[in-house]
Amino acid sequence: MRIRINGDTHEVDVDVRTSLLDLLREHLGLTGSKKGCDHGQCGACTVLINGRRINSCLTLAVMHDDDEIVTIEGLGSPAALHPLQAAFVRHDGFQCGYCTPGQICSAVGMLDEVAKGWPSLVSEPGTDAVALTDEEIRERMSGNLCRCSAYPNIVDAIRDVAGAGA
Amino acid sequence: MSDAKRTLVMDDPVEHSLLDGAQGVIGRPIDRVDGPLKVSGRATYAAEYALDDLAYGYLVAAPFGRGTVLGLDVEAAKAMPGVIDVVIDYETFLRNAQQGGETEAPEQGVREVAYFREPVAIVVAETYEQARAAGERLAVEGDRKPGLYSVADRLGEADKAPSGGAVEPHFANGDLDAAMAAAPVTVDVTYTTPSQNSAAMEPHASTACWGDDGLTLYGSYQMPASDREQLADAIGLEVDQVRIVSAYVGGGFGSKLGIAPESVAAAVAAKKLGRPVKAVMTRQQVFDATVRRSDTHQRVRLAATADGQLTGIGHDTICSNLPGEDFFEPAGTATHFLYAAPNRTIRHDMVRVNRVLSGSMRAPGEAVGMLALECAIDELAEKLGLDPVELRKRNEPERDPQKDVAFSSRRLVDCLDEGARRFGWAERNATPGALRRGEWLVGHGMAASARSNKLKSSEARVAVTADGRAVVETDMTDIGTGTYTILAQIAGEMLGLPLDRVEVRLGDNCFPPGAGSGGSWGAGSSGSSVYLACEGLRERLADRLGCAVDELTLKDGAAICANRQVALAELAGDGLATTGRIEAGKLDDALRQASYGAHFCEVHVNMVTGESRVRRWTSVFAAGRILNEKTARSQCLGGIVFGLGAALTEELFHDVRTGKIVNRDLAEYHVPVHADVPPIEVVFLPERDAYANPLQSKGIGELGISGAGAAVANAIYNATGVRVRDFPLTLDELLDGLPPV
Repeated sequence: MRIRINGDTHEVDVDVRTSLLDLLREHLGLTGSKKGCDHGQCGACTVLINGRRINSCLTLAVMHDDDEIVTIEGLGSPAALHPLQAAFVRHDGFQCGYCTPGQICSAVGMLDEVAKGWPSLVSEPGTDAVALTDEEIRERMSGNLCRCSAYPNIVDAIRDVAGAGA
Repeated sequence: MSDAKRTLVMDDPVEHSLLDGAQGVIGRPIDRVDGPLKVSGRATYAAEYALDDLAYGYLVAAPFGRGTVLGLDVEAAKAMPGVIDVVIDYETFLRNAQQGGETEAPEQGVREVAYFREPVAIVVAETYEQARAAGERLAVEGDRKPGLYSVADRLGEADKAPSGGAVEPHFANGDLDAAMAAAPVTVDVTYTTPSQNSAAMEPHASTACWGDDGLTLYGSYQMPASDREQLADAIGLEVDQVRIVSAYVGGGFGSKLGIAPESVAAAVAAKKLGRPVKAVMTRQQVFDATVRRSDTHQRVRLAATADGQLTGIGHDTICSNLPGEDFFEPAGTATHFLYAAPNRTIRHDMVRVNRVLSGSMRAPGEAVGMLALECAIDELAEKLGLDPVELRKRNEPERDPQKDVAFSSRRLVDCLDEGARRFGWAERNATPGALRRGEWLVGHGMAASARSNKLKSSEARVAVTADGRAVVETDMTDIGTGTYTILAQIAGEMLGLPLDRVEVRLGDNCFPPGAGSGGSWGAGSSGSSVYLACEGLRERLADRLGCAVDELTLKDGAAICANRQVALAELAGDGLATTGRIEAGKLDDALRQASYGAHFCEVHVNMVTGESRVRRWTSVFAAGRILNEKTARSQCLGGIVFGLGAALTEELFHDVRTGKIVNRDLAEYHVPVHADVPPIEVVFLPERDAYANPLQSKGIGELGISGAGAAVANAIYNATGVRVRDFPLTLDELLDGLPPV
């Protein structure tokens, strides 16, 4: 199969049981996406597929022929951080760092969902535009666990970037 | 490179700390130096080393809770695609994980199974998918025996816990029974807390690789110096034949203090097959076969005068552990010194049980012990009709009430006052159940926080290189605690270097043995070793400059003395290195050392559903010198939220019929998520503790959790008038007592 990851095209031949996450980590050396539960319960493996966030442990690699994947490595590098990556550093939005790539990829996807006006459980019913309150951020990011509990700092980082971009 | 060594035993206070230097980097809220690597996915964790010819291991678990393994259907597994071998070594495999700091292997031998899903073998295959498929299908035949699975039914079997733990298991002073009988106001209540799991985001993982020099293990471990000794003992090697690499650890919280079953399984398999083997636990295996915090059953007795003077404190805890294990949950630790009272009884007993090992989880002792103690104090305040802040202040001891020694530093009363002021405590509604907003009952609660401060032996080598940089090396770890950053700050401050000229290398047994991350001692201990190394370097630099060391100023890469300024690079020549070593000394026992704080929170309880939501939080701490305000605050946030989980959601369920852990994943074991966590205000009061270590700092990693859950529980009582003494405080326990909507 052929898959595009962070702009590079990879021709790969994988076991049909291989999750997208294991393809990234074990076959392509892209270990930035983390495995915390392998069951879609923690969000550490979140990547962007054609712009939308997804738990890469819950989807098989073979389902993504010709898809465009962006992982944490594709968002930025230590020398050229994505604005959200930089904001996470500035606001200390992590400690051990293991959930962090997933939090950041999830935040990228989440902000796009908000920009499109997709409502969440806590959104005001009947309005087209979603106001990105802290409550909205917390609700929409609740699929990404952080046992170090950097949650308040993550919200600060996301609000910081979203505010700058708005 | 010219090497030297400098050792300090903490027998005397260090009144003048060299950290108050010219560079001005210590204490400041500097961004983590490892941040860019972590946020870009470039930090390398234990399961992420690309080794040639790597094979994948998958642990095979016994499907019963007690009994004897008769055999495994090895041939069927080996017939599956890609399977290389099923490695069985009944004598060598670990029965259970080891506790932190031990220098010997934990209990070995897996033919006799002691808990449900104890790992008994490892399947190795060419790919992860193949190993997993075989491992899950591999039948384990066993002679099953009745197990000891329940604790609640067997409290009468509890025996005195073993000696040698964090506190003596039994302690008594005066006559508590007489004090209870004589007191006009008493509280005699029993609180229970369930088994919990650290649930670090990175599952336990070991990648084992043998070479001519012995074994290299890339492992997710908190204390590589002692983990190395445990691993060497387990597989019959000399200590210097084992090298553990734990450069980045995806959280630990106690669960990775000692080696766990996957380490030895990977090492044995790699040796047998002659190729590297990676064994990563599944999330379920982390729950099944690493370590839990013990469930506890805690009876707290308080005797007081009518004006709120405590005359007696009793704290009796029953916890549980596997047969033969010495660790007990020291729930009474803070009770020893938090409040004055002449008559005191603090006891720890244990029930033996066929459940996965119990051991250290963030603030072993205080985390659950202060749930009971600080809720009981709240109950006493209500009986007395006293403000709970005021009750605590009336029982503030001048000296340690048990050992009759001085406190090294203690600002608990200041924390209470400052917290109350910032939170607006005086304006709260003090009548339980009397404040309502729509369908929500609103409550406010508070609790004190205390966590013992410890110093552990630790070494670090600091080199000033020929190009005028500093390189810090120790096998100390950074498990999210900020070690990379604070050690860089300490070296930068002491040697007068901006942080971009300090490199910190951690988590590798190639470096001097560090204290490891645990018990809140990491920063103080490993930081002191770096301090001492730099202190030695400063003397040698002064010597080379021809000036007295107390006239030397190091700043921005230059050595300055008596109107002369020389670049550090020039003074360093081919390079200078000094190894620093800190050891605990007489001050450990001569004073009571602890960090303190106060938590205040607002909780809303829904009258229809019974759900509790924490809405507002203020904590004030005093923990000696704060080395980095940003990372220190994050440590406290993390602790507070851990406490919030303990109060509201976290509970491991053991099936008492089979010994099985029922909720063994993150969908069923509920750690707090974004939506559960309100804005949290964390304030540090200025403090220095010259008795603690040369940095004058105290531990903070576990201070946040201590007392935090009690503040939540007390707020829920204030909101609803329902006092629940069985943690976590889930909605089913509240519903019956809630007023009609």
